[in-house]
Amino acid sequence: MKSRDFSRSLWVFHLNTGSCNGCDIEILAALTPRYDVERFGMKLVGSPRHADVLLVTGPVTRDMEDKLKRVYAQTPDPKVVMVVGNCGNTGDVFYESYNLAGPADRLIPVDVYVPGCPPRPEAVIYGVVKAWKLLEEGKRR
Amino acid sequence: MIEGLLLRTALVPIIACAGILLGLLYRGLDRVLVARMQSRVGPPVTQPFRDVKKLLLKENIVPRDAVGWIFNSVPVIALSVTVLILLYLPFIGMEPVLEGHGDLILVIYLLLIPSLALVLGGFSSGSTYATVGAQREMVTMMSYEFPLAVASVSIAWIISAANPGIAAFSLGAIAMNPAWAAVGPLGLLGLALLLLTMLAVMPGELGVAPFDVAEAETEIAGGVLVEYSGRNLAMFYLADAVKAVVLGTIVIALFLPWGIAGSLGITGMAAVAADAIFYLVKLFIVIFVGSIFIRAAIARFRITQVVKAYWGYATFVSLLGLLLISLDMLSRLL
Ligand code: SF4
Repeated sequence: MKSRDFSRSLWVFHLNTGSCNGCDIEILAALTPRYDVERFGMKLVGSPRHADVLLVTGPVTRDMEDKLKRVYAQTPDPKVVMVVGNCGNTGDVFYESYNLAGPADRLIPVDVYVPGCPPRPEAVIYGVVKAWKLLEEGKRR
Repeated sequence: MIEGLLLRTALVPIIACAGILLGLLYRGLDRVLVARMQSRVGPPVTQPFRDVKKLLLKENIVPRDAVGWIFNSVPVIALSVTVLILLYLPFIGMEPVLEGHGDLILVIYLLLIPSLALVLGGFSSGSTYATVGAQREMVTMMSYEFPLAVASVSIAWIISAANPGIAAFSLGAIAMNPAWAAVGPLGLLGLALLLLTMLAVMPGELGVAPFDVAEAETEIAGGVLVEYSGRNLAMFYLADAVKAVVLGTIVIALFLPWGIAGSLGITGMAAVAADAIFYLVKLFIVIFVGSIFIRAAIARFRITQVVKAYWGYATFVSLLGLLLISLDMLSRLL
């Protein structure tokens, strides 16, 4: 793919797979006037069909395992998957819990990891920028 | 005759491209201005162009449960019909390209088709969210139709009463004979109420907040458009953008048809340029009031409130306007 096709137009679908909402609030904070990611053309969309970036928070509970896989399949190519928060990266405090199917990269291919519990909005934005670079370079289909 | 035909044919692609460009520009302004009103910086004005370009690159998914041929054809219908309406509208003092082949009534019917296409697309995509969205879109459509019809018919009535023998529903004739000049004080008040109704109908037609119940992202995940991706989504996006230009131009033709060149005393090409700039200013003001400002100021209604707002308040205001205009007409007959 030619470069700059995704230049400043990234639509993000946010999927909560059982997070404590800490990460989700930080993601919403990135939309507020203080951080305002819309400046960079990023937008939260309501349907995975519209998305370029699949943003996963939470450790992926058993209930969400199937849904996560389906939402991944529903997102049109080219796409990148981004996991936000320690939960999604490693399981964090829920590590090896009996009701976890995750962390996310056991179930779907993950491209960008954003650690933190919860990560600051700056970190989330930095992660999205990395995701954008991956899309530009065509690392993922 | 032949020359006229050639000229008109040459105008078609120009008007179509201008409509799409203006529509996308309006979308960009919309996002910037709403961001500023929420004390954010907002994306650059060119953002919608980037979004469309990106959407065209994405995979175009047709869900397994969808009715493929309907699902894929309605975005094309929505976009082409919206562009088609532009050809029936008068711009900057020129006659519509298809003058004589259709009038205001036809335009009002054609305006239904993009919404109907959305509804069909929603029902055919085989998703529960889309079905709910399609039903909501239908209800919204039925609600704003009546006030819209009252406003348009009243204008045609005024014009036919003032200029006997004229084709009163022809948009060219309506734009040539401003209705404001043909009525007394009561009628002016009535016309102002009708203008208000038209501006209230605009956000419903465009599906922007507070009337975006059919797409409500936080309740039904994008509603009618939930299953659309890639190229099809881009076409709906463009159709929506052009529809704003269409509605703005209809409001201008019905209520604000004046040019500026005559009063400035300019002639020739300069006059066309001045009128074109004046038209853009008017279009911006109409779209700003009828869509951008309302979207930033009011949160989404529930579907019952949408019906109440249109069937109740908007219909009442438009009928009041019609009543005032009738009184005005009667008082002049006596
Ligand atoms: S990483 Fe921390 S803040 Fe984020 S969901 Fe897990 S526990 Fe909550």
